[in-house]
Amino acid sequence: MIPALFVFGYLAVVLYIGIFAFRRSAHREEAEDYFLANRSLGPYVFLFSLFGTNMTAFAILGSSGHAFNNGIVTFGLMASSSALIIPLSLFLIGTRVWALGKKYGFITPVQMFRDRWECSHIGTVIFAVQAAFLVPYIIIGVMGGGTALSAISGGRIPYWVGGAVVAMVVMCYVFFGGMRGTAWVNTFQASLFLCFGAIALVVIGAGMGGFRESAEALLASPATAPLLTRERVSPLFFFSYTFIPLSSIAFPHITIFCLTARRVSQFKKTVVLYPICMLALWLPCVFLGVMANRATDVPKIQEKIEARRALAVQGPTLTSDERDALRDKTAGDDVLLLLLERYAPLWLAGLLGAGIMAAVMASDSQILALSTMFTEDVFAFYGGKKRFGEAAQVHTGRLFIVLITVVAYAVALRAPQNIFDLAVQYAFSGYSALSPLLVAALFWKRSTKWGALASTVWCAVSVAAVAILQYVVPAPAPGPPVVMWSIAGVEVLSRTPGGTAIFGLMPVVPMTIISAMFLVVASSLTSGPSSTTLKRYFRP
Amino acid sequence: MKRALLVIMLGALYILHQDFWFWRTANPLVFGFLPIGLFYHACYTIAIAFALWLLVEHAWPSELEDGVSDGETVRGGETATYRPVAESHGRPLSSTEEGAKH
Repeated sequence: MIPALFVFGYLAVVLYIGIFAFRRSAHREEAEDYFLANRSLGPYVFLFSLFGTNMTAFAILGSSGHAFNNGIVTFGLMASSSALIIPLSLFLIGTRVWALGKKYGFITPVQMFRDRWECSHIGTVIFAVQAAFLVPYIIIGVMGGGTALSAISGGRIPYWVGGAVVAMVVMCYVFFGGMRGTAWVNTFQASLFLCFGAIALVVIGAGMGGFRESAEALLASPATAPLLTRERVSPLFFFSYTFIPLSSIAFPHITIFCLTARRVSQFKKTVVLYPICMLALWLPCVFLGVMANRATDVPKIQEKIEARRALAVQGPTLTSDERDALRDKTAGDDVLLLLLERYAPLWLAGLLGAGIMAAVMASDSQILALSTMFTEDVFAFYGGKKRFGEAAQVHTGRLFIVLITVVAYAVALRAPQNIFDLAVQYAFSGYSALSPLLVAALFWKRSTKWGALASTVWCAVSVAAVAILQYVVPAPAPGPPVVMWSIAGVEVLSRTPGGTAIFGLMPVVPMTIISAMFLVVASSLTSGPSSTTLKRYFRP
Repeated sequence: MKRALLVIMLGALYILHQDFWFWRTANPLVFGFLPIGLFYHACYTIAIAFALWLLVEHAWPSELEDGVSDGETVRGGETATYRPVAESHGRPLSSTEEGAKH
């Protein structure tokens, strides 16, 4: 219970930062101050806050859990590809979004799309799709909070209480502090969990008697040796994953965050140091996740390993419900917490638990973004601000924050999938497929609102199609995928143990490419915005 | 020329991410415990930071700051240039009437 007390202390500090930010705000009834911190963030707050915003529950819990079951491939899949794509997208797209936001006063990406393509209701469609994709991401935060607090307290705090506590704290500091509070809290959180990786590595390493023996033992066993290579993952699947980080810049909370920098030069440090931050956080988490396979003296870890073995051996003969039950048992989202509980002294486990909570509570920016989008793109756009004034707009934003939190919590209590799958399969793929919208708006003069609509509708339909397919066709046992459609011996559509494959690729690849194709074709067939608008976006 | 070299550098980095040469081997274990595939990607991540530093040094879009004010002069889509587009659609974009506030 002592570690849980440390975590509660941490939650109190976070809450205080949010309320302190509220008090520091001189224009608390103004939308731009509440939603964008008055576009005034400095370089280090911008870097750490952006990094903290991008790192959700899966950065620590999901990554180590994924590495526990899949091995070192997790780092290449998510960390090193993100380390290249995310800063590059900030450099190419983020800086331009910042300049347009500063010049024309945009607060949300939809405001920019509406202006750039001279559209109104199509902007509302984009808002609706963005919002629908964002909600699962918010749910991840609540689920991560429940899992983490429950594990840190040794099961004394039930999952539903842990989720409720985390949701309440996040809701409070977002409600009071707005973007300023969220950015400060994220900076504090990012500093904490960046220290977490190195400390956890040293403490657990010392507890396990060094990693050399563990690594050699894992390599010597045929069951665990593949975890130290990437042989369980196909190169095509690995390549597919490089499309996932495209989602980062298309997430509205990241696009909106790009508008908070005081000057464009504040992107410089973020672009250069982002990969280093990724390395500092992900390398220890992935490595420790793999090494957890040697911690068989921890009963819960041993249960997971046995469930994995049963799934591999008996999988084909089991019903899909039985396979799902075994999959739930193999989920490794709590392995890092179990390692800390086993190898770290109580007080240190508490401090490190607070570091984990810092990563878990990244849903704050998404909640604020959804509220910002609703108040700007719907409430203000359809006349609410004109009728009731700017203060009412901010109050509506705050009310919306409460509503989102309650809904996300209710869903998190019922959602059965583990954190990592939920995030990747819905939110990330959907936003990657939406990324051509930003590229077209900023770099392609000929793009039109109809192209944007075609691309957006495709994204919504394709995400829904993948979700329905995976719901209707149960996941097979580990091993070869179930081929659902093939042409001349070439597998077109397959149901894999982890999701869906199209020509051996993750769905995100065809989704993104076809989204771009829809945008190009529909734009080519329709007329674009006026020359007055184009002049404001492109130099002659 | 400089720009082309930077583009080639980034393209090469993207290709280097697909390191099929270490796909099926864990050996050598660097420092006795780190599988070579993981060590490669850790070094690769550091190389990315260096490449991005070069990009920032040699291709920074400083022109984006031209014509952008540094103070709090624009708010919530209320600039003069933004307004006509909203009005042309007969829908009030965020507080288009409040430009007088500035």
